Amino acid sequence: MSEIEEPGGPAEPVEPPEPGVPRRVIGTPSPTPVSVDVEEKPAQPPVVTDPPDKAHASRAEKLVAFLFVLAFVAGCGFIAAYVGLEVGSDRLPAGANPVDAVFRSNLALGLSLSVVLLSLGLGSMIWVRHLTPDQEIVEERHDLQSTPAERAAFQKEFAEGAALSQVTKRPLLRRTLLLATAPLALAPLVLLRDLGPLPGTSLRTTVWRKGLRAVTLGGLRPLRPSDMDTPGEMITVIPEGFQDNPDALAKAGVILIKFAPGQMSWPDRYEGGTLVASMNWTIDNIVAYSKICTHVGCPVALYEQTTHHILCPCHQSTFDAANGAWVIFGPAPRPLPQLPLMLDSDGYLAAASDFTQPVGPSFWERG
Amino acid sequence: MSSIIARRRHPAAGYAAVAGGLVVAGVLYSALGSAGASAAAPAQAQTQIAQGKALFEDSCSSCHGLDAQGTTQAPSLVGAGAAAVYFQMSTGRMPAKELGAENERKPSDFSEAQIYDIAAYIASLGGGPPIPSAAQVSTAGANTALGEELFSTNCAQCHGFAGAGGALTYGKDAPPLTASTPTQIYTAMLTGPEAMPVFGDGTVTPNEKRDIIAYIVDTRNEPNPGGLSLGRTGTVTEGLLAWVGGLGFLVLIAMWLTAKRRRPGNGETKEES
Repeated sequence: MSEIEEPGGPAEPVEPPEPGVPRRVIGTPSPTPVSVDVEEKPAQPPVVTDPPDKAHASRAEKLVAFLFVLAFVAGCGFIAAYVGLEVGSDRLPAGANPVDAVFRSNLALGLSLSVVLLSLGLGSMIWVRHLTPDQEIVEERHDLQSTPAERAAFQKEFAEGAALSQVTKRPLLRRTLLLATAPLALAPLVLLRDLGPLPGTSLRTTVWRKGLRAVTLGGLRPLRPSDMDTPGEMITVIPEGFQDNPDALAKAGVILIKFAPGQMSWPDRYEGGTLVASMNWTIDNIVAYSKICTHVGCPVALYEQTTHHILCPCHQSTFDAANGAWVIFGPAPRPLPQLPLMLDSDGYLAAASDFTQPVGPSFWERG
Repeated sequence: MSSIIARRRHPAAGYAAVAGGLVVAGVLYSALGSAGASAAAPAQAQTQIAQGKALFEDSCSSCHGLDAQGTTQAPSLVGAGAAAVYFQMSTGRMPAKELGAENERKPSDFSEAQIYDIAAYIASLGGGPPIPSAAQVSTAGANTALGEELFSTNCAQCHGFAGAGGALTYGKDAPPLTASTPTQIYTAMLTGPEAMPVFGDGTVTPNEKRDIIAYIVDTRNEPNPGGLSLGRTGTVTEGLLAWVGGLGFLVLIAMWLTAKRRRPGNGETKEES
């Protein structure tokens, strides 16, 4: 265990360990031999089929056999679990919890299959490592090319077959056959059409428009400013009438945050000539921000009312809600777009327009 | 008057007199009775407020000030309301052990009655939501499915989809909801303790609050697939287990496979250690 020697058989002289050579670390390859005699072709040692240590091999054999029996038992258990543990509410006794039944079944199936595969793998590895003699055997590789006689015979048979099929003599058949297969060959290219159509301008706009009410997600109630009378309130809202339109909701989710008077302060902010955030877009110190993170589009609603931070739970982008959702930490490239708010004729909170910039993550044509 | 005198011998006059007497007696009784009751109630409330004030001066005033006006260490409680007092004290967060990023839940040193006394005192200073009654937080007949939708929309970002809690910034955290009582969940939504936003009755109606509570309470009884809950915090613990446990195991297997094995028969006596 403690001695370090050069690898090799007993015939080679044993070299003393060189000073300064680090000890062999488990998992690393053994050191290369110091010198190799290229002139002398190594004699192929006779193949020994028996393992060197009979007692050790016998112990390993018993262990492998035990693992294989274990795999057999667990495999039977898999079948028994599949047959015995019913799932599906129509096959369960009345009153049984179908979710519980699925959990039980999954656990039994997964555990038994894991034991089968693990035992098989471990048994095979122990077999190879402790029962098969560790012996290097050189296998000569032969040319892949066939003999000239075989090749000549094949050429002759091919020519005869082509003549028999008359494919060379009847161009009409040959060409119509090619024609018949052409659509099948082209079909995969046509199927690529399903990758489209290109999004066009749809990524730039949402369904929010002037006068569209904001309703709570879940309760679907429109809100008056008096419904958010406590500073520190926050709620997720969606455009009214779009609760069953996932495509629209994917971009139109908005969080409303109520501030105390004077807590919010930021100048008008422009992006490429477009006004993207302004104090004037709030109603009664209620501000509306897109709920879609500008990094990769996770829903951001992790709002700390003490610090006015909006956090994205995915990558910890942090926005300052009191300052135009300015990015103060994390990978988000832009502040959250602000939705201009207004009161409709009934006094409910509604959008004054669509967002003035594309919501959500960057995309190729966004600019 | 003369017409009454003229009809005093009318056959119905006796019935009318009895009916009139009963009406007068009833009105007088109800007026006096209610006056007595309304006189007793403030007296009881005044006692509660006085007891609460005494408890407050003993246990809270060193940080919040003798009149709950707040100090440099702690905020003013004027306008905080009874619900905020109930949440902070029944969860043991107040009185706080130390000034830190987050006051953690711990067993409360105060009885329910004492907490109600202090809550009455703080409420008497003006403003703030009251403590909900048992009927207001009852989950009987609540819409758990709507509660799940509301929870995943407004709560799950911080508390996790199963209410197991999660981390916030600068050492703060969203606590697990596994031990919270319905009244504590209700008052937390109503008052927004610490970094939590307020979910007032205007945005999340009392019925919707009960739905959310029903979802949180129901989720606690859900079975854990595979037998281990892993804290129910989701991808964090599962990822940790997969990377450290699963990959570590695979690395050990790979090292074992590539390690040179002992060959006792052919003279190589070493073994990698």
